[in-house]
Amino acid sequence: MATKEKITKQKAPAPVIEEEDSIKARYHVLNIDGDKYRTLHTESYKKRVMWEKPDIKKIYSEIPGTVIKIYVTVGQEVKEGELMLVLEAMKMKNKLLFPIDGVVKKIYISENEKIPKKTLMIELE
Amino acid sequence: MSLKRKILELQKKREKVLQGGGEKAIEKQVAMGKMTARERIITLLDENSFHEYDLFVEHEARDFGMDGKILHGDGVITGTGTIYGAPICIYAQDFTVAGGSLGLMHARKITKIMDHAMKMRVPIIGINDSGGARIQEGVNSLAGYGEIFYRNTMASGVIPQISVILGPCAGGAVYSPALTDFVFVVENISKMFITGPEVIKTVLGEEISMEDLGGARVHSEITGNAHFFAESEIECFDQIKKLITYIPWNNGQKARPFEPKEPLYDKYKIDEIVPGNPKEPYDVRDVIRAITDGSEFFEIMELFARNIVIGFGRINGETVGFVANQPLYLAGVLDVDSSDKGARFIRYCDAFQIPIITLVDLPGYLPGVDQEHAGVIRHGAKLLYAYSEANIPKITVILRKAYGGGYIAMNSRHLNADFVFAWPGAEIAVMGPEGAANIIFRKEITEAEDPEKMRKQKVKEYKEKFANPYVAAAKGYVDSVIEPKETRKFLLHGIEVSKNKVDIKPLKKHGIPPF
Repeated sequence: MATKEKITKQKAPAPVIEEEDSIKARYHVLNIDGDKYRTLHTESYKKRVMWEKPDIKKIYSEIPGTVIKIYVTVGQEVKEGELMLVLEAMKMKNKLLFPIDGVVKKIYISENEKIPKKTLMIELE
Repeated sequence: MSLKRKILELQKKREKVLQGGGEKAIEKQVAMGKMTARERIITLLDENSFHEYDLFVEHEARDFGMDGKILHGDGVITGTGTIYGAPICIYAQDFTVAGGSLGLMHARKITKIMDHAMKMRVPIIGINDSGGARIQEGVNSLAGYGEIFYRNTMASGVIPQISVILGPCAGGAVYSPALTDFVFVVENISKMFITGPEVIKTVLGEEISMEDLGGARVHSEITGNAHFFAESEIECFDQIKKLITYIPWNNGQKARPFEPKEPLYDKYKIDEIVPGNPKEPYDVRDVIRAITDGSEFFEIMELFARNIVIGFGRINGETVGFVANQPLYLAGVLDVDSSDKGARFIRYCDAFQIPIITLVDLPGYLPGVDQEHAGVIRHGAKLLYAYSEANIPKITVILRKAYGGGYIAMNSRHLNADFVFAWPGAEIAVMGPEGAANIIFRKEITEAEDPEKMRKQKVKEYKEKFANPYVAAAKGYVDSVIEPKETRKFLLHGIEVSKNKVDIKPLKKHGIPPF
């Protein structure tokens, strides 16, 4: 079976411009196992999100909601399991705890702020 | 009272009920660019063929001021009719009557016509245009939905079930269409979602319009919930009528045959469609049209997962299902969406005795973290399962490249295909020449004085040795290497000799497909 380790996925490959035809001008290059194919993209392929390695020191919101209270300040030393903040979401007050030990480097949110999903809230050193 | 007066009385009663929700509500419906429920049925069915039942059904709700309310037909029209002479059971929700909301009697009318369709073994068409559950009727309306879902599931694979979304279809209501075989949507009219924009905004803070959340285009291009996209209700009805000509009335019959026709040979020159270089794109639908009667191809899910093409055509007057990799999009790779799309169609064809022709030209599976994390393993497995399980006649033509797992998945001999043909340009191999040469000759390439030159040479060597159909033919994995222009002849014959196919599966209650 084909191995998939050699992947050079282009985010927005330059269209092939030597073609006159408008459809042909929209062709992209798709690299599969080192072979490069000329082809068009599908709707869901265009919408795909590039994967990024999660950084454990950056704490993101997992649900959207309102920040009710922040219990820490910048420079404060914190322990795993310590209360970080209360986020009201889905009609509930959710207590968010620190996932690891560390020192608060920066706080990106403020109390009473409404934040969407995947918002960077707090960064640890 | 004389009979004459009683007849007059009936006529009056009918007239009243036929007004549906009344003039104002009808005006509103028209202003939204929509036909009324009865207009829809009459437009879709053969002229004068519609016969309506349960016109005088009334709800029994007593709470929340419902006892004084008269809802004509309880918001849904049910009956039977024909499409091109084929018998059909049909229901259409009437948005002009209490927003087409579903109460107990509304649901009873639907389940009654569904039961009728099952007994008579004829297709059922449901036109959805409803605000959702009738809240005043409480758990009774939920019961109604559940009874419809149960019947959808029982009827699945026995009679064709068609859902037409011509208005809102939200919340639990969406699961009836989702359980049926084909879902039709119309731009700016169809709206389908589990939770609407309002709720999403209050709970999650995300702002989105109805159209962007669950409009016709979204379901046709992104979610894959819809099978047919139309720009108007009339176009949508034409699509339904066309579909009805391709499918049988039930799983005990074959689709009605048509007069055999030759393809349009002048327009679709089968020798000239596929480029020799396997890295160059072309539209595989032209190959299908070069094979089918009258070069007609009725594509299904045209806008979703375009890297695979599915649909119906006829060969020698008989309906066949086509599954084809589409090199025009993503080089024809298999991925989460295309596997899902292909697998469901194969199961449809298998359930309704429609032979499947598979056209193969793919480089394998789509690489990417998003694909792996979206479960390309379990979704990809659906295709293997569907092909292996299907015991209708299954014929494969390998047009060009057939690499790796993709080769196996696309109805290979190994999944019990009945016939596998390959064109002379077919490349049946574990992977593309570049990738294969890099792995097999890694040592030679890295140790060479001029690695790039060595690599090119080894790629060439590999191409000559493996990039052809004869290695597979030597093992009998390919039955015949054929010229493109012989394709129709071989397919026609293949279907002909498979008419009495018997392929008995091991006794089981049912399998456990990866869904």
